[in-house]
Amino acid sequence: MKYIIAVIQPDRLDEVMAALEEEEVNLITVSDVMGRGRQKGVAEVYRSHVERGGLLRKVKIEVAVNDSFLQPTVDAIARGARTGHIGDGKIFVFDLEECVRIRTGETGCVAIG
Amino acid sequence: MAQIDTGDTAWMIVATALVMLMTPGLAFFYGGLVRRKNVLSVMMQCFMLLGVMSIQWVLCGYTLAFGPDQGGFIGDFSWAALTGVGAEPNADYAGTIPHTLFMLFQMMFAVLTPALIIGAFAERMKFSAFVLFSVLWATIVYDPMAHWVWGVGGWLRELGALDFAGGTVVHINAGMAALAAALVIGKRKGYPDISPPHNLPFAILGAALLWFGWFGFNAGSALGANGLSVSAFLTTQLGAASAAVAWAVVEWVKGKRPTALGTISGAVAGLVAITPASGFVTPLGALGIGALAGLVCYLAVVIVKGKLGYDDSLDAFGVHGVGGMLGALLTGFWATTVINPAGADGVFHGNGKLLLWQFVALVVCAAYSFVLSFGLLKLIDKVVGLRVTEEKEGIGLDLTQHSESAYTLVG
Repeated sequence: MKYIIAVIQPDRLDEVMAALEEEEVNLITVSDVMGRGRQKGVAEVYRSHVERGGLLRKVKIEVAVNDSFLQPTVDAIARGARTGHIGDGKIFVFDLEECVRIRTGETGCVAIG
Repeated sequence: MAQIDTGDTAWMIVATALVMLMTPGLAFFYGGLVRRKNVLSVMMQCFMLLGVMSIQWVLCGYTLAFGPDQGGFIGDFSWAALTGVGAEPNADYAGTIPHTLFMLFQMMFAVLTPALIIGAFAERMKFSAFVLFSVLWATIVYDPMAHWVWGVGGWLRELGALDFAGGTVVHINAGMAALAAALVIGKRKGYPDISPPHNLPFAILGAALLWFGWFGFNAGSALGANGLSVSAFLTTQLGAASAAVAWAVVEWVKGKRPTALGTISGAVAGLVAITPASGFVTPLGALGIGALAGLVCYLAVVIVKGKLGYDDSLDAFGVHGVGGMLGALLTGFWATTVINPAGADGVFHGNGKLLLWQFVALVVCAAYSFVLSFGLLKLIDKVVGLRVTEEKEGIGLDLTQHSESAYTLVG
């Protein structure tokens, strides 16, 4: 089992979710996050207060998958999120030790999808 | 026996309500500019003033400000608890509307003025100290100054200084008290690295309500529904408009983007500056006053404050103090008896004396406000303590002073 965390541009979320649906990956957790990459954000000005290297709005996607779904899922996320411009984001893959479906108590690969 | 004019009375009732709306409007303006953890504290301070100042005004504030004169300095207690203040018009102040209505209109000014000072000490003042300071300040600073400028027998009124709607009594007064407060209470922890405004849409909403209410503030100061009130309405709109554009243009020209916060700050600065001039200047004069207010307040807030290093959190001094002083002086240039025969002519209409009286009024009001505010704050600091602890400042005033959280973020 693997756990995928991806940080993408907020306005690519719809494309990513559509791409995941094509791969029959429907279970997902999405959150609003702040972040920046190597460009260190943009300047913000509030009267006498100037912020440089600010954080930008991003969206974080989290998906748990069985090993057979890992590559299609990563590819789908990348396909949906890629614009070719700076700021497209990153995908991280972790080993997942356990997964539990709360309602039924099922565990392991059965509980993932 | 004076006759009540229904048109004047209807307008003044509305104007009173418009000025009342400025205090909650200020709550949104200031509230949007502070960090999320302090938004309720700012709004609570505004609403508490609506309560406390209304009571102070009817019990003693009104009579001290507008009551029978004592040596040009203060009113007496004849009208305490509104004794003798009824439906019958007071011919000295507003001969065509009920006396009670005049008192009510003035009440809304008395509520709003201490609220302006909140901008200087936001995010770090103890609530108990705030209430104590506001009530005492209103009684020893606002009430006497209102008497000097507006009271029958008031010495600044007698001198010939012009202040149509309260540039001195409200804006210079609150602005200098704000400066004193910023200096006495000190900088916020971590200043100047403080998070930016947490809700600019709130600030914009607040500025809109302030602009709307200001029509009551300025046009209502004509105390009647007539040509003068409409003239003041027009100059108010033009002062705000040209100042908003001026601030945005200055930002643009300085190589940065024009910002929403800058544009609304410009509008407020213009409204402040046009306040003393509103019933005395032409529409073109208003455009000039607004443009200068936008430029000068921009410099005060964005350039000078940073260089001097004091923490006037929401620019109460930079906008109300500086804008009020500028407006008082510019009234001395642009005033014309063509617009208001009961006023005077300024420098641009061949009379240099008015500018002198404006300058005297400015200096005296600014000094009185600063000195007494400073002293009062030091005294309250000794007795009650002005500032919350560093720990509480970190957690935020909403939770520590009011046991509340503005936004439920989870669940």
